[in-house]
Amino acid sequence: MRAIFSNPTHTDGSADGTTGGFRPSRRQFLIATGGAGLGLMIGGALPGLGRAEAAAGEAAENLINPFVIIRPDDTVAVLSKHLDMGQGTAHGLTTLVAEELDARWEQMSPEFAPADASKYNNTAFGQVQGTGGSTAIANSFTQYREAGAMARAMLVAAAAEAWGVPAGEVTVDDGTIAHAASGKSAGFGAMAAAAAAMSPPSSVTLKDPSQFRYIGKATTRLDVKPKTEGAPIFALDHAPEGVLVAAIARPPKFGATVRGFDASEAEKINGVVRVLQIPAGIAVVAKSTWPAFKGRDALKIDWDESKAETRGTKELRAEYAALLDQPGKVFQSDGDSEGALAGAARVIEGTFEFPFLAHAPMEPHDVTIHFDGEMAEVWTGSQLQTVDQMVAAGTLGIEAAQVRINTLWAGGSFGRRAIYDSHIVGEAAQLAKAWGTPQPLKIQWSREDDIKGGYYRPAYMHKVRAGLDTEGNIVGWHHRIVGQSIVAGTAFEPGMVHDGIDHTSVEGVAGNSYRIPNFQGELHTVTVGVPPLWWRSVGSTHTAFVMETMLDDLAAAAGRDPVEFRLALLPEGSREAGVLKLAAEKAGWGDPVPEGKARGVAVHKSFGSYVAQVADVTLGEGDAYKVDRIVCAVDCGVAVNPDNIAAQMEGGIGYGLGHAIRNKITLTDGAVDQTNFDTYEPMRIDDMPFVETHIVPSAEAPTGVGEPGTPPAAPAVSNAIFAGRGVRWRTLPFTDNRGGAA
Amino acid sequence: MAFEITVNGEKRTVDADADTPLLWALRDELGLKGTKFGCGIAACGACTVYIDGYPSRSCVTPIDSLGEAEVTTIDALSGKAADAVRQAWVDLQVPQCGYCQSGQIMAAAALLSETPKPSDADIDAAMSGNVCRCATYHRIRQAIHHAAETMEG
Repeated sequence: MRAIFSNPTHTDGSADGTTGGFRPSRRQFLIATGGAGLGLMIGGALPGLGRAEAAAGEAAENLINPFVIIRPDDTVAVLSKHLDMGQGTAHGLTTLVAEELDARWEQMSPEFAPADASKYNNTAFGQVQGTGGSTAIANSFTQYREAGAMARAMLVAAAAEAWGVPAGEVTVDDGTIAHAASGKSAGFGAMAAAAAAMSPPSSVTLKDPSQFRYIGKATTRLDVKPKTEGAPIFALDHAPEGVLVAAIARPPKFGATVRGFDASEAEKINGVVRVLQIPAGIAVVAKSTWPAFKGRDALKIDWDESKAETRGTKELRAEYAALLDQPGKVFQSDGDSEGALAGAARVIEGTFEFPFLAHAPMEPHDVTIHFDGEMAEVWTGSQLQTVDQMVAAGTLGIEAAQVRINTLWAGGSFGRRAIYDSHIVGEAAQLAKAWGTPQPLKIQWSREDDIKGGYYRPAYMHKVRAGLDTEGNIVGWHHRIVGQSIVAGTAFEPGMVHDGIDHTSVEGVAGNSYRIPNFQGELHTVTVGVPPLWWRSVGSTHTAFVMETMLDDLAAAAGRDPVEFRLALLPEGSREAGVLKLAAEKAGWGDPVPEGKARGVAVHKSFGSYVAQVADVTLGEGDAYKVDRIVCAVDCGVAVNPDNIAAQMEGGIGYGLGHAIRNKITLTDGAVDQTNFDTYEPMRIDDMPFVETHIVPSAEAPTGVGEPGTPPAAPAVSNAIFAGRGVRWRTLPFTDNRGGAA
Repeated sequence: MAFEITVNGEKRTVDADADTPLLWALRDELGLKGTKFGCGIAACGACTVYIDGYPSRSCVTPIDSLGEAEVTTIDALSGKAADAVRQAWVDLQVPQCGYCQSGQIMAAAALLSETPKPSDADIDAAMSGNVCRCATYHRIRQAIHHAAETMEG
């Protein structure tokens, strides 16, 4: 197992000019992760980092178990195995521990676990530590509750021993351990060292939900106050003594490489220390950030574009459009789609276009590394710690256990930091290796680096033909999708691509809950030299839009109400039907819509959660519109923190509306046209509707909320505009429909 | 070369080129980490500071343009409006990732100092230069109203 990087120069799969350097090959990754593919990943054992406290820098007597530290001052630190990029996971996991520990909320402290997949793996991913797919609470719900319950039992045992009383008579409440008969009591800190020395109980009984004090209640997020004070908690803020800052000139077209460069002007910039070539590009290393950026601007680089992607959006669009008319690989086939369409009373056809999208998290990428020749320490908002660790190790020619990853709070991600090739940390390792001597080095990305840097939500096109009978019932559906695979050629391929179908390309169309007979789904997977990546809600970013707008078109053609039409197609008692009814009721669906306003609905399941949204839109002159309100209903099983669920719905809706109203990445001759927030302008406050969230009460196991709020927003708005104007916008962003839609 | 600038009431010396943006002088030279970097072109507001009391984008403000101007950063932001805004941000649990919130709070406190009872339109106008990719806008709007109420009370 430890020999997997015995040949660190092996770069199978790395002939990728955009990232260069080490990339874990599919084979290496499988060896490291055990080889069995399930869901995102895998089972088996990874080289462990040893005891968690070593990496956490924590005294052994404070470490009650891998997830709970109790310090002498009564602080209970909960080590989040997941990245918190704003979605509230650290808070959620802290809530689970506090609940079973019977802690006082104010003594809790959310912190991050070190990278150690032997203890902190995402059980939904197998033996890999990482965050994604809205799995954080779902895979941790029992684990963190048990960690809290075990810690409680160990504190009780320690107190019983110290006081010479039966453990059964010791109580814990609101952060105080007590024995009523003797009048003895103590805080957690006083018993922590003794508790840490105890053997954990072989089993614990978890609370009945009726006893919950924190779960299901709106507790105050402990990270909020520091975030109102500009606290230095991000990778941007991490600056060890003597750190040098690097900016990297990366290829202007994906796949281009450096033929030669002239650094003479860059080296004259005050503060520039050294310019060096690494596989990712040319790094300008300076005493601080500004001279690094200035020095990079002063470089003269001769790029070899012979292997670069030089097609632009125009060319790609033409290729995708041609494929829409050719049979693709079948991903779902029920009945006889073509026969049913041939016999249909009416066929509705729609062609849909979706652009590349940048994630553009608020914090541009930044990572600090310190490699002393033996150990490497990394500070960053790490979302796939295990992959980051492997890639850094592979690049530096050391073992994964020699790479310590310090996960810091991340300024957003939306998928961008969960990178199958860990190219951000990989670049840092390349730089540290090229530097050659122990030196803390930080790579700072500019916003332009981020917007132009690829790893986009891939562009897609869909073409759907759906038939109705004379009664207005759907009789057949033919659905073709064209786009890049996100995971083909990466370590994630074995787990996520089956029979040539990347599940992320079709999820939301494949396995949708509508009872549609004679359904055929086909996929064309195209190869484009633009690195793709999952973007908040992944396949559902496009599939929900297509399904939900097509259903609205069919309802209109059938002369049926959009909510009633959907309910008739959904299984009786389904959770989709539940959220759809709730959103419709709360939004006043069926009430008259005032003049100049319009209302639309959409419902979609993603990541195990069900979300319906009703959009109220004001229609202006010409194509103008404003989204006034979105009423959202969500069913995500047990609501661990209702207020955070509402926050994630609000944020997911805002993110979904951003790509609906104006965001797109386009290419000209392979070069990205957009550069910064002036040309890739995010949603702003004046674009944001009023949002109202309703949660379906549920005792089902909790499912994710980070992503599922995003998919219904764009189709609900498109459906509102269709209801108001009779105009169907099938291209995202909506601005690309103007003047041409009918 | 060395510049003397006034930050949070103190005279500080910054040894950097004249075109160095105030943002990087604050962060890299003076160790004031509250002001964040978002875009570098005054398009997102993450780097908002006050220059002589006015919300300004530190990422496009060269240090040689400051002269005697007084710079205030989130690290030292205080006063009635700032306190009310911060408390409202906690009460309504506004931040998600939190990265843009230094700038949001600077902008919101400036708004409330000028306009103690802002309308939704006032809020949109004053805050539209501050991007939040987590889209906490809905709560920002509510929290500004909430802060306005507490300031009144």
